[in-house]
Amino acid sequence: MTQSLDRYHRQILLPCFGEEGQRKLLGSTALILGCGALGTMNASMLARAGVGRLIIIDRDFIELTNLQRQILFNEADVANAIPKAAAAKEKLSGINSDIEIISVVDDINHANLERYCGLTEGSEYPRVDVIVDGVDNFETRYLANDVAVKHGIPYIYGGAVGTFGAQYAILPHTEKGDAPWEKLPGATPCLRCIFEQMPPPGLTPTCDTVGVLGPVVSIIANLEVVETIKVLLGNFAAVRPTMLNIDVWENTYRQLKIAKAYDVGDCPCCKHRKFEFIDGFFGSSTTTLCGRNAVQLTHKQGHVGTGSHSGGGGMNFDEIADRLRKHGKVTANKFMIRAELTDNGNPYELTLFTDGRAIVKGTKESNIARSIYAKYVGA
Amino acid sequence: MLGMKITVNGQTRPTEACTVADLLAEMGMSGKPVAVERNKHVVPRRDHKRTELAEGDVIELVTLVGGG
Repeated sequence: MTQSLDRYHRQILLPCFGEEGQRKLLGSTALILGCGALGTMNASMLARAGVGRLIIIDRDFIELTNLQRQILFNEADVANAIPKAAAAKEKLSGINSDIEIISVVDDINHANLERYCGLTEGSEYPRVDVIVDGVDNFETRYLANDVAVKHGIPYIYGGAVGTFGAQYAILPHTEKGDAPWEKLPGATPCLRCIFEQMPPPGLTPTCDTVGVLGPVVSIIANLEVVETIKVLLGNFAAVRPTMLNIDVWENTYRQLKIAKAYDVGDCPCCKHRKFEFIDGFFGSSTTTLCGRNAVQLTHKQGHVGTGSHSGGGGMNFDEIADRLRKHGKVTANKFMIRAELTDNGNPYELTLFTDGRAIVKGTKESNIARSIYAKYVGA
Repeated sequence: MLGMKITVNGQTRPTEACTVADLLAEMGMSGKPVAVERNKHVVPRRDHKRTELAEGDVIELVTLVGGG
């Protein structure tokens, strides 16, 4: 056992760590939500630090434009159209083979996040000790916030776009008020205490509209990792109690102590225990994807592919691929079908996944994406 | 009304805004996920319209970012 700690020697030397801390880390489970620019850095650093179990969920495949900032991927991954979660697991296993890495290729939504956190009856996943934010949209973040508050799991928020980033650790107020962090230093306000409503689509900039500088995402991701390690070591008093905003180009670094946001607010989530994102009230079935000119369509069970061989995500891939070949070049593997289509003179790339999701590339408009899906797949 | 001077995120600026909500509108931040602190006190969103600004106020704004 001692030998297995050798690789962690340099962090065990730290007074805040020690062997005891290392063992705590090895005995803990972190969920990494999303495996893009933030998530690859989160996963890389947490695997190296020796978090015993990592669950990595991402819905996407690796593209050339990801390589500018998504540190676990390479050109071969792009050429082979490997899902991000699967590629991350492969790379991380070569970095630290002592830990367990569970990769999940799926869209995170209100119907499955609690299961992936090991919180539902009969879930095949271990209960997670922390949720680390590596996602690229607000909806999933508000959903993660709901799950964190409902079940008393720390949620480490981080986000970045352009040259700007934000980071904040939520140590949630629980129903019973008996979580270890609620004694000292105290719980922190949740996302909805601070920003009650999720911003509507199109209002805030995305990596699509303004781009993103690689280092700012790495910085934010590493700040998330620091807070995650504090949480997993049980050192809640060390958790930074501020919402941090940085702009690495404007050279600004600002933070707001927002503990009072809980007291002065009337949070539907923390105070009224209403989990509207988990309940699906605010869920949508289309999402514009950050950093790409693309829309994802998620279909509820029973609405996926209406043909006789389909249902509940089990689409007949061969049949669909044959149909799509009439319209353009089709590539397929066991994870997906991808077709290059020309519609109305405009090029689109339609990708279908085995779970029934589709990504339409070539538009940011959900109605166009729906139309493409309806024309070539069948809604 | 010639406006007044307040400090927003460390920078002094003239403003015509009477309330926190006006200020956010003036800065093009209405509806955005912004947390506001006025003179070290957090101002929840529901109070933005009724929280009046005064000469010399120190305002801190932090925002949530969606990318990643």
